[in-house]
Amino acid sequence: MKYLLLIYENETNWAKVPEAERGKIYQEYRDYTTAIRKSGNHIAGEELQPTSSATTVRVKDGKTVTTDGPFAETREQLAGFYMVEAKNLDEAIALAARIPSARSGSIEVRPVMPMHSPE
Amino acid sequence: MDLERLYREERGRALATLIRLLGDFDLAEDALQDAFATALEHWPRQGVPSSPRAWLISTARHKALDRRRRSRIFAAKRSEIAYLSPSAADTEEDADEDAVPDDRLRLIFTCCHPALALEAQVALTLKTLGGLAVEEIGRAFLVSPATMAQRLVRAKAKIRGAGIPYEVPGGPLLAERLDGVLRVVYLVFNEGYAATSGEVFVRHELCAEAIRLGRLLHGLLPSEPEATALLGLMLLHDSRRRTRIDARGELVTLEEQDREQWDRKEIAEGTSLTESALRRGGAGFYAIQAAVAALHAQAAGAEETDWPQIAALYALLLRLHPSPVVALNHAVAVGMAEGPARALRLLEPLAASGELRGYHLLPAARADLLRRLGRFAEAAAAYEEALALVQHDAERRYLARRLAQARAQRSAPHP
Repeated sequence: MKYLLLIYENETNWAKVPEAERGKIYQEYRDYTTAIRKSGNHIAGEELQPTSSATTVRVKDGKTVTTDGPFAETREQLAGFYMVEAKNLDEAIALAARIPSARSGSIEVRPVMPMHSPE
Repeated sequence: MDLERLYREERGRALATLIRLLGDFDLAEDALQDAFATALEHWPRQGVPSSPRAWLISTARHKALDRRRRSRIFAAKRSEIAYLSPSAADTEEDADEDAVPDDRLRLIFTCCHPALALEAQVALTLKTLGGLAVEEIGRAFLVSPATMAQRLVRAKAKIRGAGIPYEVPGGPLLAERLDGVLRVVYLVFNEGYAATSGEVFVRHELCAEAIRLGRLLHGLLPSEPEATALLGLMLLHDSRRRTRIDARGELVTLEEQDREQWDRKEIAEGTSLTESALRRGGAGFYAIQAAVAALHAQAAGAEETDWPQIAALYALLLRLHPSPVVALNHAVAVGMAEGPARALRLLEPLAASGELRGYHLLPAARADLLRRLGRFAEAAAAYEEALALVQHDAERRYLARRLAQARAQRSAPHP
């Protein structure tokens, strides 16, 4: 089953993390990514630029409305994601728990809708 | 040949196996119900098969597979059910009952998965393993049948959609997940022990089911002291089952119960399990409560109850696992050990904080303490408060009697 692991972190706190500490965390991420590629779980994964770089798009009455910022102001912000293949939810949870940000932020584990076979 | 009773006894285990074989809760429940309908037609005439559970499972499976073959939805759902042992359907079940593995442990760990909301865990466990109707579960938790039905639908959808596996968790995960399971089992027991609403005060089948589940867990994890303790606790409570309601359906308090009627076998087993749990695990949440229950069970009469020891145990419980309900129980025990005045003082902050708003046992406890202090007008007011909140008919009548007494004593001329 495919799962999207959504990584939420408080951006303000992350910005305060000293350079050296950040370097260590990034290494943990690289190690994690390598490990889950090796175990065959990794499908995709990216770090996102902070919400200051976000743009929200809505189309109302045929007009495209563009606003600066994320779709909603939240206490923790979407910082990145992994798309993984896992046997079941327990395996997905175990993968999520190994993500470095699980310790400081939250990881949402969302199953991907299965493909519908045509009638 | 009481078929209804047989079905009630075999249903949980049959359902648990069917869920494993079919990979779907709803399909398993419907198929089992169909199988039982067939049993009701044939067994009165042909006799009950030597292995009724195996018969039910086999019949249900065939009905389900027939249904599936005809259903076009099966093709679309294939990817969803793949995670639930797709090849298990090939296993031929033995005619020997005991050869059919007990899948109830898988079922309970799945129902109690932390990815489900607690209320969903309890509802699902009661529905599948307790065999309760949706309306009954709803009544127990003070929600409408429609709300409870929705809760169950959403829980099963979550299990399917999110891929919650139908497994007993392995290795280090087991102990961690066990906490959640124990909590649900105890909630089920409490529902049977003192159903919160309706006429039937003690639902024996639920207590029996909870105890069965407790035995399963204790059997699987003999080195988990809290599983042992929970079983001990439930057995000790259950030992008083026959004396809690009198012949007219009225509530009998602990002090008034006929201790000759307490089940000595359950007390012996419960006490032994409690001692074992305390020895191995120390002051666990269930172990301490079991120790309190054991102290009650050991007292030959109400007057011989070791209240100071009980109060000390509740104080320990309050320190290690604080909660408003534990604080209330502690205060009640102090009331018995040191006198009602001290207990009332302990209850003041609890009442003021509003944490137990809506919980009838708080005003009921205050009323009892006030009554013992001779403050009858205040006691009457507290009984009225409790009556406004009580769910249980037998408890309501008990409180109403106490209220009448308090009012009578309030008006009585002082000597």
